[in-house]
Amino acid sequence: MSSTAAPTRPVGVDIQESETNRSVVEAIELTNVDCTVQHIPGIVRITAPGRLVITRESVEARLGREWETHEFQLAIVSYFGHIKEWDDDEIVIAWDH
Amino acid sequence: MTIAPKAPRKLTMKQRYEALTRDLDWEPSYVDKNDVFPYTEFEGIKIHDWSKWEDPFRLTVDAYTKYQAEKDKRLYAVLDGFAQSQGHLSLTDASYLNAMKLFLQGVTPLEYQAHRNFAYLARHLNGPGPRFAALCQSIDELRHTQTEIHTLSNYNKYYGGFHNYLEQHDRVWYLSVPKSFFDDAVSAGPFEFLIAIGFSFEYLLTNLLFVPFMSGASFNGDLPTMTFGFSAQSDESRHMTLGLEAIKFLLEQDEANVPIVQAWIDKWFWRGYRVTALIAQMLDYMLPRKVMSWKEAFELYFEEQMLGGLFQDLAFYGITPPRHVDDAIGEKEVLSHQVYWTLYQFSHAAAFTTTFPDVDAMSWLSENYPGTFDKIYKPLWDKEAKNLAAGGRHFARGLPQLCQVCQIPMLFTEPGDPTTLCQRDSVYNGEKFQTCSNGCQWIFEREPEKYVQAWLPVHQIYQGNCGGPTVPDVLAWYGIEEGDGGEYKGSVDNNNWNTWHNLADHSHIGSEA
Repeated sequence: MSSTAAPTRPVGVDIQESETNRSVVEAIELTNVDCTVQHIPGIVRITAPGRLVITRESVEARLGREWETHEFQLAIVSYFGHIKEWDDDEIVIAWDH
Repeated sequence: MTIAPKAPRKLTMKQRYEALTRDLDWEPSYVDKNDVFPYTEFEGIKIHDWSKWEDPFRLTVDAYTKYQAEKDKRLYAVLDGFAQSQGHLSLTDASYLNAMKLFLQGVTPLEYQAHRNFAYLARHLNGPGPRFAALCQSIDELRHTQTEIHTLSNYNKYYGGFHNYLEQHDRVWYLSVPKSFFDDAVSAGPFEFLIAIGFSFEYLLTNLLFVPFMSGASFNGDLPTMTFGFSAQSDESRHMTLGLEAIKFLLEQDEANVPIVQAWIDKWFWRGYRVTALIAQMLDYMLPRKVMSWKEAFELYFEEQMLGGLFQDLAFYGITPPRHVDDAIGEKEVLSHQVYWTLYQFSHAAAFTTTFPDVDAMSWLSENYPGTFDKIYKPLWDKEAKNLAAGGRHFARGLPQLCQVCQIPMLFTEPGDPTTLCQRDSVYNGEKFQTCSNGCQWIFEREPEKYVQAWLPVHQIYQGNCGGPTVPDVLAWYGIEEGDGGEYKGSVDNNNWNTWHNLADHSHIGSEA
């Protein structure tokens, strides 16, 4: 176990693979340029160094309709990291320390 | 005069949460606060400011019910479609359902226990934030109980082992492992329960529990369980957050909380980890189509994400990785093999079946466990192959010694020495008690007055409390019927499966025995 600082230690989220969530995944990829996307059966796993952001604006742009951030509850299967922020406009997953 | 209602002003998520969840709290004026919340001091945890508890999900009742209803609708659409299309015939094999029997008997009743204890927290925690988060989780757990029963009830029409899970959970020897784990948690104080279930179980170990079952379902044609699993896991991410918020809140409130929380992490990591022994064997042996090995799952979900990620975050507060974590890491090469070898020999007294791993399964095990399988476990199966050839499938005749803490038969080996059985003795009040590992012994010696009360199934059988002295007496008391357990090949499930798949006329399926 090597010691890595919070800004680069990986965080991630597992999303259920579905039609609606494809737009969510694409939006996350656009917002987080350094993220890694992995497809495992039924699940899309997105990891990023230090921080992962999901914005309402980018999801709505891909989805072509209104999307409230609460709706992410229907997509998320699991995550690792800490949910630092979840408001009307964005969800942020990052480590605190 | 009527006044036209004002157009509703839209509040932001933060404002709605403040108004509808936090601001509905009040200070008691004519009852002492300690009488309203009598259970949050005796564990020694010090809380100075309950308003510092954060709930990142910022849930309100309307948002919660709206999304939960949507999750249920999606799940029940799948359940109906699967049942209507005879979906059970598209499973990889009837033996796959052994994993689901174990789930229904072992895990579903725990969901109900969790529902009850989170309801208790929803009443008894002092702050409105954690009370509401606990209330949502309590309702979630009840939803999980119900949806699991509904999901698996379809299989009960066609297969053995599903019909008496509630009574079996309270009585059968291998189910005392998950049952006693949760009994231990609900009989602790509210903060210890939060660290035990909210943090250790829901955050540290949840992926090891659920992802293997869901991926197993996905690979083996079990659409309803996969869908149920996703539906439950989407709640689980909220539960993980509650667990993580709980631990951070306790650590930030007072430095004196740190050693108390550390001891609970040490205890509950090992308690939870021992329960996952049943998952390990399921993943490596019970799935006809393999997903990932236990070793791989453990490395990814525990070593990488938890030790590599979470515990570095918690180091800020002076929290160290769980005591005995190295023993768990050391066991990843041997755990599933040791547990399945034992279950294989005792399945005549279980509500699931076991069988000899076929050629493909054997080579998969060799590939995934290059350091141990060929050397230690394959020779055991080779020996059993000779028994089978001679017509003598082996079942153990005696009853095993159980660990006083985790209640698993004493089948584990010494750390670093996979051929020597591990057995620890402790003496309490002049009586000797056995534990299976350094972890369980440490837990026993920390609270012997609790664990000497354990209802150990083997002791209970010998004391005459389980229906009678013979195996058939005990099985009758367990509610285990012909076709529920034993060897899979030639079992009722196996014979029905073969008939259903070779038959041109399918119209009588389900009306067999």
